[in-house]
Amino acid sequence: MVHGEAWTIKEFFTYPNEYIYWTIQIVMYPFMTGLVAGAFVLSSLYHVFGVKQLKGIARFSLVFSFALLPVAMLPLLMHLQQPLRGIEVMMTPHFTSAIAAFGIVFSTYGMIVASELWFVFRKHFVETALGLKAIEGRSVLQQGQYLLFSVLTLGAYDISHEAIEADERAVKKLAAAGIPVACFLHGYAGFIFGSVKANALWMTPLMPVIFICSAVVSGIALCILTYILTMEIRKQLARRHRLAHPELPSMEELKSAEAHVVAMTSRYLLMFMVAAITLELLDLIFRGYTAVKSWDILRSVIYERDFVNIFVVQYGLGNLVPFVLFLIPGLTIRRAAVGSALVLLGVFMMRWNVVIGGQAFSSSFSGFMHYVMPLWPDSMETLKEGLVGALIVAGVPFGLFYVLNKVMPVFKETH
Amino acid sequence: MISRRSFCKKSLLIAGGLAIPLSCLELFDPKRLLAEKDQKGPRWVFLVDTRKCVGCGFCVKGCKVENEVPYDANVTRTWVERYVVTSDGKTHIDSPKGARDGFPNKGIDIGHGKLEEIKDDDIDKAFFVPKLCNQCDNPPCVQVCPVGATYQTADGVVLVDRSWCIGCGYCIMGCPYGVRFFHPVFHVAEKCNFCYHRITKGMQTACVDSCAFGARRVGNLRDPEDPVTKIIMTERVNVLKEEYGTKPQVFYLGLSKEVK
Repeated sequence: MVHGEAWTIKEFFTYPNEYIYWTIQIVMYPFMTGLVAGAFVLSSLYHVFGVKQLKGIARFSLVFSFALLPVAMLPLLMHLQQPLRGIEVMMTPHFTSAIAAFGIVFSTYGMIVASELWFVFRKHFVETALGLKAIEGRSVLQQGQYLLFSVLTLGAYDISHEAIEADERAVKKLAAAGIPVACFLHGYAGFIFGSVKANALWMTPLMPVIFICSAVVSGIALCILTYILTMEIRKQLARRHRLAHPELPSMEELKSAEAHVVAMTSRYLLMFMVAAITLELLDLIFRGYTAVKSWDILRSVIYERDFVNIFVVQYGLGNLVPFVLFLIPGLTIRRAAVGSALVLLGVFMMRWNVVIGGQAFSSSFSGFMHYVMPLWPDSMETLKEGLVGALIVAGVPFGLFYVLNKVMPVFKETH
Repeated sequence: MISRRSFCKKSLLIAGGLAIPLSCLELFDPKRLLAEKDQKGPRWVFLVDTRKCVGCGFCVKGCKVENEVPYDANVTRTWVERYVVTSDGKTHIDSPKGARDGFPNKGIDIGHGKLEEIKDDDIDKAFFVPKLCNQCDNPPCVQVCPVGATYQTADGVVLVDRSWCIGCGYCIMGCPYGVRFFHPVFHVAEKCNFCYHRITKGMQTACVDSCAFGARRVGNLRDPEDPVTKIIMTERVNVLKEEYGTKPQVFYLGLSKEVK
């Protein structure tokens, strides 16, 4: 069977070779990189612009951004027909292609986040390493931990006041350098689509900017949501361990800290959401107003075939409802959680409507293609480019975050 | 023991010495030398006379067999489209299986295996249009390939390196003409290359050889004596989707405004 045939339904006239070639994994790719970039921008708001209220979530979002980073690459690899050759994008980049920049931008960004993390957690590494060193007769596990942490210190054991201040200055510089790189990382994902002149829906110079704004929105939403979830778990743990360890924060302390952080963060979420929606609507209005050759088919895709996906799920459920939820005074944690989840859905649907919607019509402008996502895999292809593949991609960052949190405890006050 | 000063001196000497033979590569750039001698090779172009096409689909059959595109796979390097314009102003288009078997049904294939029947009296005009890769002078597929696995030869044909393509599908997305697809066996991008293995040996393409009506012809635009070149230069020819700025090199005679 031809690649794409398994999930494409054609209607009216399409060119014989046209199929939905870019499927759910290519929806996941900008969605995941968006989360990476958004989480990083959120942490930078604290580190660079000194938004003190975001202190609680800044370190959390930085580690989460790092956990998401390898996963931004995963959907691309799963989508490639020759995944073993994927490395050639980095080894033999062809620079007229937008994808070729991936290797450079991605590794630059990875290095910035990694070094920022190192400066943020250096004190913790040193303290843990020294603490383990002091233990006589370390167990195998402790010995392993000791080795890991002493390697992580990179030999820099100075945690005097001056050294820590120098660290903080370095963090600030790295975070500042990271913002444009994070925006570039995601903006160029938008450029990949926006520069395809053969696709009438994708081709717009606004695409990178729209992608960046919605990326920040989704990143912040995911951070709020994950933050709330982890805080709930911490509350449960606090309730259980409070008697044995009275030095742990009490339920009330955790609750008020949580409410404060969530309220502050959601303000930034709203700001970026307004920017994202404005740009998206501008794009839509402009297309309708100029009504070039492709508008006839675009109109029937946007207002008829994909109406539910675009106007009900994306703009309605994903933008309008959370907007109202966040704006009603007296934001509760539960409402913020529901709002953030809906925002994530909205951004995911925006990616879906761009990637799948852009292939919903033939480039002959005379026919349509419909993507039927393979739910239950019956071959490697439908496994990779179906629901299961998407769920794997969505699940991995949480596993990575769990591991990273063991090494770099997000909630421990190190500074 | 070598001193630091003499080490630096000698390194500079060696680096400079190495640079001289390396600079020769630029001095004697074979491509430039060839261009300066004004010995330009051919520029392959294609001429389709839509007025002669009867939609038999022999070109599609011939192409599939010659280029080892699996016969029953629903992808093809070349295909034929049928246009039926009815008196209500509507254009009905189809290309069942790329017209590999011609057009066995009178009804128009509208997908889902359904046919739309059209009364003979309602038809204002009807014609066939063969399609193939336009071997653009400004190929968007070459521009977007992230690893340079697809490239344009000096004689204008766009080729795919099957050992290098990573199968990302960006070129398929970048082509406004829909000529690219994934090869079902090799799992890399695949496209019409004017039967490069044949034309470079003085033969005709498989589709040209299969066409009994002379609707397809391949030629060399740099040869003013080439009959195809003469037609392109002297008659009213058209190209597909000029607005994309791809500078397509497949020229059509008798192209109608309905053609997509």
